[in-house]
Amino acid sequence: MIRLVKRPQPSRFWTAVTPILAVLLTMVVGGIMFALLGKPPLEAIRIIFWDPLFHPQFAAYSRPQLLVKAGPLILIAIGLSIGFRAGIWNIGAEGQYIMGAITGAGVGLAFYPMESFIIFPLMVIAGALGGWAWGMIPALLKVKFGTNEILVSLMLVYVAEAWLASVSSGLLKNPEGRGFPGSRNLQQYDSAANAEIIAGTGMHWGVVAALIAVIFAYVLLTRHIRGFHIRLTGEAPRAARFAGVKPARVVLFCLGLSGALAGMAGLFEVAGPAGQITIDFNSGYGFTAIIVAFLGRLHPVGILLAGLLMALTYIGGELAQLMLSLPGASIQLFQGMLLFFLLATDVFTNFRVQLGRKGAA
Amino acid sequence: MKDTLLEIKGLTKAYPGVVANSDVSFRIGKGEVHALLGENGAGKSTLVKMIYGLVKPDSGRMALNGADYAPADPHAARASGVAMVFQHFSLFEALSVAENVALGMEDPPKPRDLARQIREVSETYGLPLDPDRTVGGLSAGERQRVEIIRCLLQDPRLLIMDEPTSVLTPQEVEILFQTLRKLSAEGTAILYISHKLEEIRSLCETATILRLGKVVDTCDPREASARELAEMMVGSSFDPVQREAKAFGAVRLKVSGLSAKSPGEFGTSLKDISFEVRAGEVLGIGGVAGNGQDELLAALSGEIVTAADMVSFDGTPVGAQGPEARRKAGVLSAPEERLGHAAAPDMSLTENAVLTAAARQGLMRGGFLDWPKARDFAERVIEAFDVRTPGPGTAARALSGGNLQKFVIGREVMQDPQVLVVNQPTWGVDAAAAAAIRQALLHLAAQGTALVVISQDLDELMEVADRFGALNEGRLSEIRPVQGLTVEQIGLMMGGAHDMEVAHVDA
Repeated sequence: MIRLVKRPQPSRFWTAVTPILAVLLTMVVGGIMFALLGKPPLEAIRIIFWDPLFHPQFAAYSRPQLLVKAGPLILIAIGLSIGFRAGIWNIGAEGQYIMGAITGAGVGLAFYPMESFIIFPLMVIAGALGGWAWGMIPALLKVKFGTNEILVSLMLVYVAEAWLASVSSGLLKNPEGRGFPGSRNLQQYDSAANAEIIAGTGMHWGVVAALIAVIFAYVLLTRHIRGFHIRLTGEAPRAARFAGVKPARVVLFCLGLSGALAGMAGLFEVAGPAGQITIDFNSGYGFTAIIVAFLGRLHPVGILLAGLLMALTYIGGELAQLMLSLPGASIQLFQGMLLFFLLATDVFTNFRVQLGRKGAA
Repeated sequence: MKDTLLEIKGLTKAYPGVVANSDVSFRIGKGEVHALLGENGAGKSTLVKMIYGLVKPDSGRMALNGADYAPADPHAARASGVAMVFQHFSLFEALSVAENVALGMEDPPKPRDLARQIREVSETYGLPLDPDRTVGGLSAGERQRVEIIRCLLQDPRLLIMDEPTSVLTPQEVEILFQTLRKLSAEGTAILYISHKLEEIRSLCETATILRLGKVVDTCDPREASARELAEMMVGSSFDPVQREAKAFGAVRLKVSGLSAKSPGEFGTSLKDISFEVRAGEVLGIGGVAGNGQDELLAALSGEIVTAADMVSFDGTPVGAQGPEARRKAGVLSAPEERLGHAAAPDMSLTENAVLTAAARQGLMRGGFLDWPKARDFAERVIEAFDVRTPGPGTAARALSGGNLQKFVIGREVMQDPQVLVVNQPTWGVDAAAAAAIRQALLHLAAQGTALVVISQDLDELMEVADRFGALNEGRLSEIRPVQGLTVEQIGLMMGGAHDMEVAHVDA
């Protein structure tokens, strides 16, 4: 008989090893899936994990994409992870991301065609505020009426999508766009553009913000009393109240912060890689960031690595679709496996496997 | 005497550090309502767990209807006709009554038959209950009926009830008692666990009284007075305390007219509590568990915020302040529940030291934590209170209960408290360590700290306290000096027998 025995404390070894193990298991099972689809498994794995970085022909294009994709994922996931640590489940980062993009781009477009160095910083602030405000809706409802933040934040994603559809064909529509829905292209408006800082690297201001967020979260969670209280709230709510933590303040702080970071990510995306507000400029980063947060074990450095890995599977997945004509769904399945195996192997961190008969009690 | 149904001979069960039951023997007659009476920690739960097959005895025998009875697990116990209703219900709120009953049965009949059976049983025994209702919408009393009906459908010969009235309203208690009397009249024996004396006197024919794991006495509770029962329960192992009167300093902690609603569903609200504790004085608060001890600690620690003037420290009203502000001022506390309340299970001892000591011990500067200093403080607590652990990096849940208790008490004692409130300071700690903790508390008092010690252990309270009061349904009894206090008086103060109110007058 196989039994799981709870460890007296989480194993350090397994905490470090499980992400690697999960990636390896994903490669094996994903490879089998690709083989069943009639594609060469080893080649598919190589295209997904290796070619985006080192292929002589494609790498020049796909390498900068790594940072472009990883930036928003990391920025959003960092905000989410702080809430998750406190047991506050913001599932609606996608909505906060969209609202941040709308408010940030709205501020930029309001100044058009004026040129000033102050415009872009104002847009960043507006984006953060937009996301923050959208995050405060579930926060206030939870604090005042005890609603479930998971449901409210998720539902607000669909409200945000409705707003996006409305403004891209109404309020923010490009008056010179010959009637097509979508705003002016911010890439072509210098003061508002989130341009590459170093050409050809994919490094834009959103990536810088993501790195700052990683450092900020690390310091907050490991060095500051407020981060300590956040972790305490997640691990033992009663002990947190005994320590003097006010639960409502933690809810407001966590949802506000994750909303603001998601909103900033939205602004960096719309003013940079996406360029304009369109009905479908958002590409699901808000949801994927949830996977990134867990893949990174809710640890800032882990999230940094997980964001890069996730971005890699995105780019590599697109490449594999292109080169091996793999179906898109199989790539999504592949990414899903990654989270699945991570959660599955996670058991070993807190439990150890005992073989044999049940010992005497 | 009725024919014997269950006979228990010399049951003994020891856990590391504590003997829960020692050579327990008694017999339950057929159709008898038998009370098992004792304070918390007297060994009642372990005893019934052995009868129900949840715990195996170290030695001793049981016989059911004359045949050897040694249930390996609750299935075996139920198959032999022993059923049990637990204090905490195990019901699924989203499912209906009938579905919940079916889930708990060994071999449930078809849903339609089951619903009919539930109706029959509920009518026969006067337990109104609709099998189609969802459990989520039921009151505590109705939920208990679900558990009872689940047991009755198995046609038990012995029904064990663990503190069944602790979650019931007086009307529900009356209904329950009628049911139990009817069951008894039909020949089902009932083993009734409680520490509410009046209930036992009105319901039970025989009472076995446990104290510290041993049977102290067996009597007919209808003939004994509540006072006698309380005395037996408390024991007369201690002599009235002889202690010279000490001179105390100024009033440090003043509680006046403290009323507060319990945050928990089954908690006890505090009602108009007033007392004063002077510098160097130890106030002992006794009482049966669940009579407002947790709530009183929460109101003093700041977890429950009240009107400002209900709690004052050195003349300053602090009732409206949260735990952090009170701690800074010097009002510290250690709650009863170690894991999850006093300490976070998955955090290290260093982190758990930060939990209450961050501000007072200067473990942070401008909000930034000084981990080396925190580790240092945790190490000092570990050292001073002989906490057995590999080091301050160990997770709290890896420690044994007693060792963690030493740590959470030590954490507060080492912070130079001006007022210290502790609940069950030596719960689960071995005798030597318990003595050390009490010594540390007395040492604090000698330095001018005002202490409130809440405890179920009367011996402990008699040892450390200068004055004694008892909590009873959220009210605090009159407070008396420990010197010269007799067991009889203590029994009266904590007995919870309202018919004895008059007895207070002569004091």
